[in-house]
Amino acid sequence: MAHSSLLIALLPLVGFVLMLILGRSIPERATGWLATGAVAASFVATVVTFFSLLSTSKREVTVNLFSWLSVGSLHVHAALLVDPLSITMCLFVTGISSLIHLYSIAYMHGERDFNKFFIYLNLFVFSMLILVLANNLLLTFVGWEGVGVCSYWLVSYYFEKDAAASAGKKAFIYNRIGDVGLLLAMFLIFQTVHSLDYRTIFSHAGAFSGTVATVTVLALLLAASGKSAQIPLFNWLPDAMEGPTPVSALIHAATMVTAGVYLLVRMSPILALTGSGRATIAIIGGLTAFVAATIATSQKDIKKVLAFSTVSQIGYMVLAVGSGAYAAAIFLMVSHAFFKALLFLGSGSVIHSLNGEQDLRLMGGLKKYLPLTFPTFLVGWLTISGVPPFAGFWSKGDVLTNVYEFSKPLWILGVLTAVLTAYYMSRLFVLTFRGNERFRELTKDHDPHESPWMMTVPLVLLAILSIAGGVLDLPWIHHDSIAGFLAGPASDLSSLTHAGTNAQWVLAGVDIVAALIGLLAAFSIWKSTTPWPKYESSFLERVWRWDDAYDAVIGRPSTELANFAGDVIEPKVIDGAVTGTAVLVRRSAEGVRKLQSGFLRHYALGIVAGMAALVIFLLMRSW
Amino acid sequence: MHSYYWITALLIVPLLGAIFVLATKAIEGAAFVIGAVSATLELALALVVTFLYAHSGVAGLSGSLRFVDFSHRSVLAPSFGLAYDVGLDGISLFLVALSAIVILLALVGARERRNEPAFVAWMLLLSTATIGAFVSRDLLEFFLFFELTLIPSYFMIAGWGGAQRAQAALKFFIYTLFGSGFLLVGMIYLAFSAQNQNGGALSFNYSVLQHASITHSSAVWIFVAFAIAFAVKAPIWPLHTWSPLAYAEAPTAGSMVLSALLAKLGTYGLLRYCVLLLPSALHTVQPYLLTLAVIGILYGSALAAVSKDLKRLVAYSSLAQVGFIVLGTVSGSQIGTSGAVLLMFNHGVITAGFFLLIGMVQSRRGTADIAHLRGLQRPAPVLAALFTVVMMASIGLPGLSGFVSEFLVLLGTFATHRWWAVVAATGVIFAALYLLWAYQRVFHGAPDEDNAAISDLETKERLVLVPIVILVVVLGVFPRPVLDRINPTVHANVPASTSVSTK
Repeated sequence: MAHSSLLIALLPLVGFVLMLILGRSIPERATGWLATGAVAASFVATVVTFFSLLSTSKREVTVNLFSWLSVGSLHVHAALLVDPLSITMCLFVTGISSLIHLYSIAYMHGERDFNKFFIYLNLFVFSMLILVLANNLLLTFVGWEGVGVCSYWLVSYYFEKDAAASAGKKAFIYNRIGDVGLLLAMFLIFQTVHSLDYRTIFSHAGAFSGTVATVTVLALLLAASGKSAQIPLFNWLPDAMEGPTPVSALIHAATMVTAGVYLLVRMSPILALTGSGRATIAIIGGLTAFVAATIATSQKDIKKVLAFSTVSQIGYMVLAVGSGAYAAAIFLMVSHAFFKALLFLGSGSVIHSLNGEQDLRLMGGLKKYLPLTFPTFLVGWLTISGVPPFAGFWSKGDVLTNVYEFSKPLWILGVLTAVLTAYYMSRLFVLTFRGNERFRELTKDHDPHESPWMMTVPLVLLAILSIAGGVLDLPWIHHDSIAGFLAGPASDLSSLTHAGTNAQWVLAGVDIVAALIGLLAAFSIWKSTTPWPKYESSFLERVWRWDDAYDAVIGRPSTELANFAGDVIEPKVIDGAVTGTAVLVRRSAEGVRKLQSGFLRHYALGIVAGMAALVIFLLMRSW
Repeated sequence: MHSYYWITALLIVPLLGAIFVLATKAIEGAAFVIGAVSATLELALALVVTFLYAHSGVAGLSGSLRFVDFSHRSVLAPSFGLAYDVGLDGISLFLVALSAIVILLALVGARERRNEPAFVAWMLLLSTATIGAFVSRDLLEFFLFFELTLIPSYFMIAGWGGAQRAQAALKFFIYTLFGSGFLLVGMIYLAFSAQNQNGGALSFNYSVLQHASITHSSAVWIFVAFAIAFAVKAPIWPLHTWSPLAYAEAPTAGSMVLSALLAKLGTYGLLRYCVLLLPSALHTVQPYLLTLAVIGILYGSALAAVSKDLKRLVAYSSLAQVGFIVLGTVSGSQIGTSGAVLLMFNHGVITAGFFLLIGMVQSRRGTADIAHLRGLQRPAPVLAALFTVVMMASIGLPGLSGFVSEFLVLLGTFATHRWWAVVAATGVIFAALYLLWAYQRVFHGAPDEDNAAISDLETKERLVLVPIVILVVVLGVFPRPVLDRINPTVHANVPASTSVSTK
């Protein structure tokens, strides 16, 4: 088992190194298959590890690789922690990554930097696996930053386009702001328990005072809001859609952006120590879910709708974490990975068929041209909208049931978000596949075409997972199966659901009604697009003016401050003081005697004379 | 062969090299060959020393600062206390190795000046001076080597610099001399005080002075005097304004040596001759130095962000990085101090890499002005990739060398001086901000005609950068071999901090 768990992380690294060495000496196809093979093999290793983990009684194995750092009381190993939480993460990360790699072979075909794309993609998978498998916070941070830098490279993949270059930079810097939170959390934790090891931290959780626990959790929340695009750091994610669509599906929907939720769940024993910290998490999550959902209703770019939808869905997960429903958060994370990857890849297929167009206003009526994309996208749409019996209904229902127990106002916010979710996704669906064909300008004389099999097979598989994903956690059949599995010794994640069966039925009914309201509203509003319905507000389209506000409050003032430092403080104040002193020395020297020597001797003499005086003063002082 | 001969050889080889270069200056191409050979030999010697040190049983260290099995002392002029006294410990070991590496890369890699005998001779002399300062175990000896670095650097800037070279060299010279004055005064005062208190002959011997009992107020005065000298060299805010000009105006090799090595003389001096020599004064001076370090981090970052020239940008980025080094150095924590020593090495490698790469850009475009550069990644992908590696190491990406040291510095400082560490930690955002923004302006976007026409790196240029990439990656993934050498020395000299200050 130690070997197979090592292989999980190692295989994508091997792929990365091989591609780096081989470079362009092997054909495009070979690179694509090499990268896909490495990740698929990693998936196989994960499955093997999963089953061997099930057969152990302790359900937790630490695989020590080497001692990374040892300074003073700090000892950090490069070691992997295989437990139910990390293996669950690995399963869907490697599984979905394999499908998206396969999809990318076709999608990225003919790109100039095809090799580079797969090099980054394998490095990303490696980093993501290190993130979830690390047995200590510092190694998690290695993966955390690794996925961040891969995201930077992949978002600015089309680096000749200024928007792509800026978006990559923005993503990295917003993530860095969050990283400071993770650094501070590590400092506090190390100071409290003298270790960064998860097991040690949790077994010494008693050493945390209430205040330290709260500050630590808030620092972790800052980290999570950077990585997982939550308020106040969410607005990098929509920009990140400048990256190729498979990247949006893999990194900015299914895997990396959920890392913040993973971190919070992993640290749940510390979260448990602070009620106010958890409440803050829940509020941030609930607000983000709602705000992002409102924004998604007014976006015109198909990928932007999905991006804000991702922000909103992660908001649900964070809300679940804050409510103490860790298992529900993970359940939603897994099912979201299925259906959001499906939706992104589906949108990629749509974009592909329209020669790269992403504007919803130029789509419509694509149903008959995309015989495989259409039904799979339909599944994705119904799943995210929360229509039973698809996975989204169960997972979102699970979250909302727990939130209902935790806080009624947040539950109401969650239900409103569910209405909005069903609305914006139905709007997207209608505008893309139904109605009149508004794309004729783009495709000229020929019809849009369905994508090749390497793109459609992942769609079909993800659609099946989206339908079947619900059985992972049918609450009344396998009682809390995910929670039961996740309740390992390293992480007591047992769900806090106490709602009685009757209340659960009522809550499920509310969910269904919410989905239906959103659905019907969208269908009635968007059944005709001539004239274009006036249900898009520019305030929402411009993301609640969030970027403008940051620019006005932080961006411009700090730029001006930096310019002021560069134009005034540095040359005039600091250098001025120095030059002034020099001039003073020269004048006083001139006063004594007119020296004909050059500057250098001049200054040197002044300084030496001053020093001599100082020496005499100091020597006098001591005797 | 007794091991201290190795150290003496480290000082003699470049000196002989310099003499040979001057003796053969009539022969075309000889300067480069002799320079390269001496620098390679020097590096080989440094590696031997590092290897010997690594196997000399350092683990048994205790109590005072010991230069294990490498020390040698011969008194030259007893009445002045002048002595030749050399040795190595975990703090100086890797700085010696760094010097050898950077000098070799500068001589071989910075190609615009490498055939000029005088330039090569100055570089080799600088090598002797720098390494001499790192291995000195005697204050007067240190001072002489420390001052000796000034002359070659001055002539390299004044002789081979850019358009404003005269001004840059003068400013550099005056600043440094100003600082040196304080160093000399402090040293003399310290030696006389020690003699006064303890009797015996006048001595500048490090271990004698370390055990001398001097009053707290004298220790503070001396600490401050030394710190001013080192603050100029490092540089520490606000005594830094010579550095952007000097780094920008110096030729590539000069910028590399100034920022990678001479700056380390400042931070090394601060650690060795202030923090470790005068520990009683540290507590008093600490808050001020920590504050200056934090200001340096933020101020350097801000100025780097608005710099219009790549070399100036790296100069200001160095100001910020040196801020991190100073933070760890004066943090009074073992973890922070070890991190600072490691960061001295890592920053040296990274900044040398930056200046080499910028030199390669300059040799292609004739300028390092950001406004004239655009979209270089398309015509020069390898240059862009290597720049990215060095940049990410500087930003502190885990897995690359910069991160480990920066993390240790912040972790250690947080334990002893929480709020300084919290403010300093925001520096990691700014480093990403100014470097990625510069990268975007220089390498991203669509190149115009001039920029599109540049060629990618030649094989020779790539080879020069290989050692830097290896050091950056290996020390990021596996820093233990280096840390395990640094730690015993640090542990022996810095008390473990158990109390937690919440200042």
